[in-house]
Amino acid sequence: MSDQVGTITWISGPVVRARGSKFVGMLELVEVGDERLVGEVIGLKGDQMTVQVYEETSGMQTGAPVYGTGLPLSVELGPGLIQSIYDGVQRPLPLIEEAMGSFINRGARFDSISREKKWKYIPKVKIGDAVQGGSVLGVAMETDTFEHRVMLNPDDSGVITWVASAGDYTVTDPIAKLRMGKEEKTITMMQRWPVRRPRPFKNRRGANIPLITGQRILDTFFPVAKGGAAGIPGPFGSGKTVTQHSIAKWADAEVIVYIGCGERGNEMTEVLQEFPHLVDPRSGRPLMERTVLIANTSNMPVAAREASIYTGITIAEYYRDMGYHVALMADSTSRWAEALREVSGRLEEMPAEEGYPAYLAGRLAEFYERAGYVDNLNGTQGSVSVVGAVSPPGGDFSEPVTQHTKRFIRCFWALDKSLASARHFPAINWLDSYSEYLEDVGAWWLEKTGKDWLTMRNRAMELLSEEARLSQIVKLVGPDALPYTERMVLETSRLIREGLLQQNATDSVDAYSSVEKQIRLLELALYFHERGMAIVKRGAPIHLIHDLPVVDMFIRAKSSITNEEMHKFDELKKQIDQQMGQLDAEYRS
Amino acid sequence: MSQITVQGGQEVVGVARIEGPILVVEGAANVSYDEVVEIQDARGQLRRGRVLEVGQGFAVVQVFAGSTGLSIDGTRVRFLGGTLRIPVAEEMLGRIFDGLGSPIDGGPEPLTDVYRDVNGQPINPTARIYPRDYIQTGISTIDGVNTLLRGQKLPLFSGAGMPHDQLAAQIVRQSTLGKVAGAPPTEGEEFAIVFAAMGVKNDVAEYFRKSFTESGALTRVTMFLNLADDPPVERVVTPRAALTLAEYLAYDLDKHVLVVLTDMTNYGEALRQISNVRGEVPSRKGYPGYLYSDLASLYERTGRIRTSKGSITQIPILTMPNDDMTHPMPDLTGYITEGQIVLGRELYYAGIYPPVTVLPSLSRLMKDGIGKNRTRDDHPRWGAQLYAAYARTQDVRALASVIGEEELSDVDQKYLKFGRAFEREFVNQAFTENRTIERTLEIGWNLLSMLPKKELTRVTLDEIAQYYKGDDAAN
Repeated sequence: MSDQVGTITWISGPVVRARGSKFVGMLELVEVGDERLVGEVIGLKGDQMTVQVYEETSGMQTGAPVYGTGLPLSVELGPGLIQSIYDGVQRPLPLIEEAMGSFINRGARFDSISREKKWKYIPKVKIGDAVQGGSVLGVAMETDTFEHRVMLNPDDSGVITWVASAGDYTVTDPIAKLRMGKEEKTITMMQRWPVRRPRPFKNRRGANIPLITGQRILDTFFPVAKGGAAGIPGPFGSGKTVTQHSIAKWADAEVIVYIGCGERGNEMTEVLQEFPHLVDPRSGRPLMERTVLIANTSNMPVAAREASIYTGITIAEYYRDMGYHVALMADSTSRWAEALREVSGRLEEMPAEEGYPAYLAGRLAEFYERAGYVDNLNGTQGSVSVVGAVSPPGGDFSEPVTQHTKRFIRCFWALDKSLASARHFPAINWLDSYSEYLEDVGAWWLEKTGKDWLTMRNRAMELLSEEARLSQIVKLVGPDALPYTERMVLETSRLIREGLLQQNATDSVDAYSSVEKQIRLLELALYFHERGMAIVKRGAPIHLIHDLPVVDMFIRAKSSITNEEMHKFDELKKQIDQQMGQLDAEYRS
Repeated sequence: MSQITVQGGQEVVGVARIEGPILVVEGAANVSYDEVVEIQDARGQLRRGRVLEVGQGFAVVQVFAGSTGLSIDGTRVRFLGGTLRIPVAEEMLGRIFDGLGSPIDGGPEPLTDVYRDVNGQPINPTARIYPRDYIQTGISTIDGVNTLLRGQKLPLFSGAGMPHDQLAAQIVRQSTLGKVAGAPPTEGEEFAIVFAAMGVKNDVAEYFRKSFTESGALTRVTMFLNLADDPPVERVVTPRAALTLAEYLAYDLDKHVLVVLTDMTNYGEALRQISNVRGEVPSRKGYPGYLYSDLASLYERTGRIRTSKGSITQIPILTMPNDDMTHPMPDLTGYITEGQIVLGRELYYAGIYPPVTVLPSLSRLMKDGIGKNRTRDDHPRWGAQLYAAYARTQDVRALASVIGEEELSDVDQKYLKFGRAFEREFVNQAFTENRTIERTLEIGWNLLSMLPKKELTRVTLDEIAQYYKGDDAAN
């Protein structure tokens, strides 16, 4: 299937040049050297082609052959993706381990999706049906509960001439035949799609349903909408990965695509070992049964790291096309940008800022624009939400990757080293972060909880920014110099910070906060403020409020009240009423 | 200079260009990328090098020992046809080698037929075992609040003149496999130690050698030494040679291996030097754009795999230029390693040893190696509480420096006292003091008992009932 199209003339790390055919296409997949390592054509000039190789090139010689495939770099899509763990170019890591042992050798070639495994398939079309690209031809059960909708390749359309009966099939067995013009085409459950080409949809819809993550600082304060894009920048040790893991665990998406892009091996192992044992709070099934993992760790070949982002988002779009809500985590997009920089440097391209190529911003935009809440070709609705971690050097947000990312996302979760040092987790700085989805998702909260979330949220933010201003004064003159009303703001802010914003990802109760619990906590914090303010205005000294037992009870509520015990918040409110009521009575006269 | 272990290969007489440690050789056919070469100068002296780039009819070669004395016509370059390999054997424990893996202790070449590529291969993430077993180092600031696990990479971030060498030596001397608090002491399983020195002073290497001798560990230590006056280019190979041996000991022989790499800053400089000579596009501070990937190819050679009982734990040491943690070396290291232990000058000047600045220090894997059935149930929350309280102390200190200690509230005064005691009693310990995990937890609770119960919101009420020793009424 592949003919020699060139001969290697130059090698430097992952970049190889070869001379030969002028019919090799840009971004064509090629096989390099006698070991047939996978590569992609990234430049053409006369009869010279430049290839980035997805595997280690040590030991490769000039004069070795390059073979063409005629195809762009593509992924295989079909049942069997879920619960898989792939490298950056969709090679299944468990099979590599089986064949080669604990270390990744070169030249491993495996099918991305098992050709042997049979899936229970039920057709949804009949002979004579006219079908379009994206039409659902049938369904296969990918796990016990997950329905994989087998769709026609978006580029195809025609009339069904034959349909397989319900039964067990592999991904290469024919399940239907289609007449396209004069040709008849056999359809299987598997299709290929070039990773750098976004999968088509009918049109974009507004993003106004929040992606609920169970993380209070995200859902309550800086929500991202389904189909939205968010960035998490932060210096090392500030908790990017823990936050990404928490979202992957608890987000109310039906499919999670997690891309470990140039990060630690142990972190991917953690996900692999933990997810099968964690239970999805909504479906009651193991979390792994909705997860696709792409692991191209920092010591794996750098060009494959560049590809991993595209591999992941193409898989995400595929499930979106079925009508599912998909959340994609990319940890970390900075490592992907560095891979771009490394390849660009080897090509001796003119660098823009900090050695990054001038097309960095364009590539970032292309990636984030593949997020969206859309009407699919088959009439269903689905979404891809993207959460990209950014690792700015030295924690300096003015560097190019963070700055360009900010242009293409609408939700910015700024991690803060000093919060992390004080073990305030998630260390998301509430003053530097923002979400542009606030107005969009307000209606959803009102409908879901019957409460005016947006007003309460804004009131809490107001208190927090007031606190920031006041603590500047406190730093200069001490808290005693402030009037009691301002110190009341400090008290309530502490309640919000410790009782709401702080969340312990390792605590079984606190790790996931239901929407109901979040709004109750928010409401109570503001209620506490309102009552407290009334009391201090009558002249009660602030330490009486500070010393109320209910303060401690509130701060512990996040881990002492489970998501099923909402009635306990009524009790907590009673406590506030009782204890504040006493003070109120004392100072009323 | 050592003997070359690979024979044969094509030879080219004369080179086209010499720039620093880089040679451009013309007229060689079928050269492989990353191939090892042997270079002979006009007087017949041999040195080794490696191919960095190949093109049609030319190859760019990096000479490990530098190009001093090489001439255009008088140099012979022989391409040896394979990548750089070193012999590995159990008997290398107790021996000393140069930065390329040749013996310099007067002993013979290791007798083995096992040769391994120094570049190693990436571990498949599915083949790893996630680290869960802690190492008791006997140092409170590590065991208590930045617990080290077997299979973790945890660097020491330090600065010139601070006692990072002593701390590393103490860790190496005292480390045993951790056990549950209260469990009877058992004969600790001992670690094999692989020590790689890159561009450090002879005194430093000597200090470690002496320290290993005194603690009786020398027979289970292998040292790879590239000292300050050795060729800088060789430094790029030294940690790779050390890790290649460590992988053999851990994954082939099932040993628990502790790897100490010092000083990674010198390693980075060697890398920068080569990059600059080659005219590569620099990123930050002149370091090459692939510094992150290059460092990852070292640090990621840590961990445990399912097919072996052994483990590799890495303790790289970095001296931060100008104590700047945002410098590319500590910065990129921190992004790859699983936490960091930061030494601070302020504590050092205050006479506290080890001067571990607790707040910026971190062990990412700690959460998985402590708690019930590992150390003690209260450990995670106890640690978070100590951190939070000490962080508060910093704020109070800042305030006190403005308004004076007398003006502080009662609670703040207590935090101030807590902070001082924390540094003197918890952080500070003798170079020879080996604390058990019970002792570390006890000291922590004693300190927390200086604060009112109401302030302790990170620990549970039950834990307060069980371990709190203070007189809350007086507080």
